[in-house]
Amino acid sequence: MSNLEMITLNINRQEMQVSVEPGQTLAEVLRENLNLTGTKIGCNEDECGICTVLVDGEPILSCNYPAVRAEGKSVLTIEGLAESTGNGHGPKLHPLQEAFVRYGAVQCGFCIPGQILTAYALLLRNPDPTIDEIRHDLKDTLCRCAGYPTIERAIRAAAFAMRTGQPIPDPEIAISGEPLTVIGNLQVRPDAVAKVTGDAKFTDDLKFGEMLHAAVKRAGIPHGFVRSLNVEKAQALPGVRAVLTAEDIPGQLTHGLVIHDWPSLIGVDQRVRYVGDAVAIVAADNHKTALEALDLIEVTYDVLDPITGPVQARQPDAPQLHEKGNLLKHIKVRKGDLEAGFEAADIILEHTYHTATTDHAFLEPECTIARPTPEGRMEIYVGSQIPYADRYQVALALGWEEKRVRVVGQLMGGGFGGKEDIAGQIHAALLANATGQPVKLLYDRHESLLAHPKRHATQIKLKIGASKDGRLTAVETELYGDTGAYASLGEKVMTRATTHSSGPYESPNVRADCYAMYTNNPPSGAFRGFGVTQSAFAVESIMDTLAEKLGMDPVEIRRINALKVGSVTNTGQVLTESVGLLECLDRTAAKVRELCPGRDPFKPVPMEGAPHVMKAWGLAVAYKNTGLGGGAPDKAGAEVELFEDGFLEVRTSSAELGQGLVTVLQMIVAEEFQVPAERVNVLVMDTDLTPDGGPTTASRQTYVTGNAARLAAQSLREAATATLAERYNLPPDQISFVEGLAQVGDQQVTLGEAAKAMKDEGKKPVTMYEYWAPETKPLGEGGDMHFAFSFAVQAAEVAVDTRTGEIHILRMVAATDVGRALNPLGLLGQIEGGVMMAIGNALTEEFIIEGGQVFTDRLARYRIPSIKYTPEIIPIVIEDPTAEGPYGAKGIGEVISIPTTPAITNAIYNAVGVRVDRLPIDQEKLYFAMKEAAIEKA
Amino acid sequence: MKICNRFIYPKSVSDALDAMGQAPGSVKVLAGGTDLLLDLQQGRHDPVDTLVDITGIDEMCRLEVREERLFIGAAVPHRTITTSPLIHQHAPALAEASGLIGGPQVRNVATLGGNVAHALPAADGTIALMVLDARAEIATLDERRSDPLASLFLGPGQSTLDPRRELLVGFEIPLRQPGQGSAFARVMRPQGVAIAILNCSVWLQRQDGIIADVRVSLGPSGPTPRRLTSVEDYLRGRPLREDHIQQAHCLLLDEANFRTSRHRATQAYRQDMAGVLITDTLKTAWERAVHYE
Ligand SMILES: Cc1cc2nc3c(=O)[nH]c(=O)nc-3n(C[C@H](O)[C@H](O)[C@H](O)COP(=O)(O)OP(=O)(O)OC[C@H]3O[C@@H](n4cnc5c(N)ncnc54)[C@H](O)[C@@H]3O)c2cc1C
Ligand code: FES
Ligand code: FES
Repeated sequence: MSNLEMITLNINRQEMQVSVEPGQTLAEVLRENLNLTGTKIGCNEDECGICTVLVDGEPILSCNYPAVRAEGKSVLTIEGLAESTGNGHGPKLHPLQEAFVRYGAVQCGFCIPGQILTAYALLLRNPDPTIDEIRHDLKDTLCRCAGYPTIERAIRAAAFAMRTGQPIPDPEIAISGEPLTVIGNLQVRPDAVAKVTGDAKFTDDLKFGEMLHAAVKRAGIPHGFVRSLNVEKAQALPGVRAVLTAEDIPGQLTHGLVIHDWPSLIGVDQRVRYVGDAVAIVAADNHKTALEALDLIEVTYDVLDPITGPVQARQPDAPQLHEKGNLLKHIKVRKGDLEAGFEAADIILEHTYHTATTDHAFLEPECTIARPTPEGRMEIYVGSQIPYADRYQVALALGWEEKRVRVVGQLMGGGFGGKEDIAGQIHAALLANATGQPVKLLYDRHESLLAHPKRHATQIKLKIGASKDGRLTAVETELYGDTGAYASLGEKVMTRATTHSSGPYESPNVRADCYAMYTNNPPSGAFRGFGVTQSAFAVESIMDTLAEKLGMDPVEIRRINALKVGSVTNTGQVLTESVGLLECLDRTAAKVRELCPGRDPFKPVPMEGAPHVMKAWGLAVAYKNTGLGGGAPDKAGAEVELFEDGFLEVRTSSAELGQGLVTVLQMIVAEEFQVPAERVNVLVMDTDLTPDGGPTTASRQTYVTGNAARLAAQSLREAATATLAERYNLPPDQISFVEGLAQVGDQQVTLGEAAKAMKDEGKKPVTMYEYWAPETKPLGEGGDMHFAFSFAVQAAEVAVDTRTGEIHILRMVAATDVGRALNPLGLLGQIEGGVMMAIGNALTEEFIIEGGQVFTDRLARYRIPSIKYTPEIIPIVIEDPTAEGPYGAKGIGEVISIPTTPAITNAIYNAVGVRVDRLPIDQEKLYFAMKEAAIEKA
Repeated sequence: MKICNRFIYPKSVSDALDAMGQAPGSVKVLAGGTDLLLDLQQGRHDPVDTLVDITGIDEMCRLEVREERLFIGAAVPHRTITTSPLIHQHAPALAEASGLIGGPQVRNVATLGGNVAHALPAADGTIALMVLDARAEIATLDERRSDPLASLFLGPGQSTLDPRRELLVGFEIPLRQPGQGSAFARVMRPQGVAIAILNCSVWLQRQDGIIADVRVSLGPSGPTPRRLTSVEDYLRGRPLREDHIQQAHCLLLDEANFRTSRHRATQAYRQDMAGVLITDTLKTAWERAVHYE
């Protein structure tokens, strides 16, 4: 039934006529009818706030606001905020937009339109808001990249400029200790402006002619067998263009990043292994019809009891979920003689810790558009962390040669490890192939939560021995990792969890065993921290217990055992350089003591004016490898080209997920040619146009792709030098690149002329470099398992309300050894965002699965930190360069979020004497533990 | 996604009631939609044929003093309530409760009427209204009547309102008199479902150093929002002292029916938190009562 109604809306000061369906939301009208795609959808359930637009100056959530209501009112979207200058130079940014750009508040950018509009509404009412007032108004506008402190500073800066008419003050961010011309200075992201104006296009913002909309029929049961599958009624529904099942897959039935154990569709008599398993896919003229068709698909199952945890999965009588059984991998670390180590110990401690399954909750849900081309190829538009792996897996499913598939990577609204696996890429491609039309497959938040791989819930049993002076003599760990229904990157993640399970300490005797087990829970895979988040929680907790038992200070116990140059890691690697752990530790400790003059920061004090609230600091340390390691060939290709207009371009398939890689690549090439960064374009993630950058994972891109870009730029520079030397008849050493020009003897030549000279010579002014990172050794062989490690030390000050168990994190000191701060602006975003994400890991996030069914299937149930949780974050950047890294840089994306959680739980122990050994911290359990302790005391 | 077949946006109470009565299929009143639209979209509510959006009805958006009572239209959004000087003056507990609901965007559209009509036993606005002695003004095509708030509730999520014939137009509460004060507080939990673990509201009349009159409500303490009369009876006529608060907490545990709700809170935790909340709200209301002239 169609009963469209014509309404008149005033949008961005323009009257527009639109016909709307009954109850159609304003967001749909804006995005679909008016193509104002700057308004983003993160949840469609009033939770994330990023769809905020203003109606008569007040912020509302457009995803749940009937468009009819806006008639006669004025609507402001992000597209209407910048003033048009009418001079062809594009719009003049609003001070808020400018401040967000210059302060580095824009990361992936997906939430930014909502942040800016919410802030704008605040400033309309209150021209000089305090931090508390900003937090009050932005409370429900979430940012998963979570540069909340930077967002606050940007809003204050914009408010200042608006109040006073003065320019936006410069951000106060320290640059690198040893800045070069471009490297080490503050550099704004190249895509920042498009992200604050709403121009930036994400996959769901793209439209193609004749595009169909897809939907996936999911099993909804965690374990069983499909016994029958009937799609006839769905096929008969008007508007449905294709309904496909496993039988219709022309190529390989399974996919996977390492092991191909994940069926793209579960066929009749095949095993269902989790609730998100797909049994059929539909393409229809519109999304609504596709959803209706799902209800018409008839499936029957033999339902089986699910395996709900890794320990159960290893029981001998457990049903075997995969051909090879339930054990994905038994991972072993061996060093020295464990028994002897325990014998030599004066004290032995043992405890078991549990971490929860967590979800990336990137604010942009997964979206793929597959488009068949007239030449018989398939284009895949998707925000993906590993475009080449997508290409490979899609081609396998289609039964095609790889090159017939082109992945055109799109801006990503956050990834954090959650966009490495196949989501809708294969399904969309199958449907596009079957219909010959472009097909969009967009997940809603519910489907995103159900389907994609999570962080492994892990059980960690830890036993440590130490001598009286605090030196570790033996560390034994046993880990059980829940890798869920399919392997994904489970083996690699749990390997990292295992090799890092005794912490960044030198212990002569180590034994670790990890069982990565298949279960009937949603799969687990990569997630910022890659397993180390879990094991660090365990080892950093027990180290504090050890310190307490020995009457030592938490800093001292770590100083004694810390890895340093010359140390041998538990996998037998001798560290030869760039071990900034002690410096991080000392600087953090000094800062914390400076903040608490005259008292021990690790001892409790009551909050002023609230004697029932106890405060204390806690500390934890972490390390994390940079790069794949473990013997995996780790390489990346990059191409650099010089154009006749004097601009440069760097191309690689490495992924930009908001973390700022494009800025770093831009800066590297600019540095090599001594041009302003704005003269370098960056093209990423297109498998036709950019060389393979390898997976964007393991904090490897700055190092590996950064080096590829640096070396490609260097060799292009050398080629240009050679040409110019010939042309001007000068020795090459008389040619240099300075201030945007080539200095040729005492003559200055533009880079454009240099490009032209190369072409005249018949040389293409482009070079490609394939960089191979230093070789690593597989686990168990000793030697260098990794080519670099980053280190981080953090201290958290918490306040615990003893009447309720409520926890507030007041301040965080975060010291990180980054090798070299290439772009301190981007680095700050990573530090703040990493800490905030880890606060979520500690306090708010738990992906709850009960009997294989997902309880946290909406954002309303899976809670990520809002701006209200933001502590004062005091960053300390330590630059202990690694020789091979680009300008000394190491990976930083993950290590920052690793020590946060144990720093918080250690602080809680110091404040109220309760040891948290299960994440997330449960306010109720904490309350009862405190109550019990108080009764015992009395 | 399509959420209904017909969407009506009337401008008067009688037009709304006409539309409700004449709708061909199922019909539902829509206010801010922060409960209803989400329930519809997420399949927790059966599909509805006709939605009657009442937020454009001027009479229901009023907030004003009418003789000895304060009238709050059912379609008044929480943001208006939290920022209204009239509410701060006469109903501080409601200002606090509304100010805690959702975030600013939700408060700009979510209404007090929707909070009450949704009939959850721990809706924040409802619990505050319970102690403010609110009456609900209900319109049918034939009459207007004023019922005590508590008579609106049948069970969790079920109100007594007839969806085809009855519209909740607004609420009336007595104007605050000297010596009176009210307060609202709640305990949340950072994980899981957004709704409060427990909330509590108190109104009291302070006279000659004693509690001359008092009303107490906690949610969820049963299937419907309710007052705790044994606590009220005990406190009435007593000065506010620690031992009396403790005794009030004990009586409250007998009268209230706290339950364990999965992933939110256990019964034991709620029982203890009730003590914290009753203590805090009694003290705040007592303070406010003396400061109010
Ligand atoms: C992110 C978020 C956070 C929230 N936080 C809280 C919170 O902290 N505390 C809390 O209590 N609630 C909270 N809520 C729930 C909800 O916002 C409130 O209960 C709100 O007051 C509901 O009002 P509404 O106008 O949106 O109601 P609607 O969803 O429009 O309606 C709710 C119900 O009431 C009926 N109804 C509405 N108006 C009338 C009327 N005038 N006459 C007859 N029937 C009517 C509707 O038919 C429907 O059944 C939250 C919701 C969201 C989305
Ligand atoms: S609140 Fe509207 S999309 Fe999340
Ligand atoms: S920048 Fe806010 S979600 Fe990425």
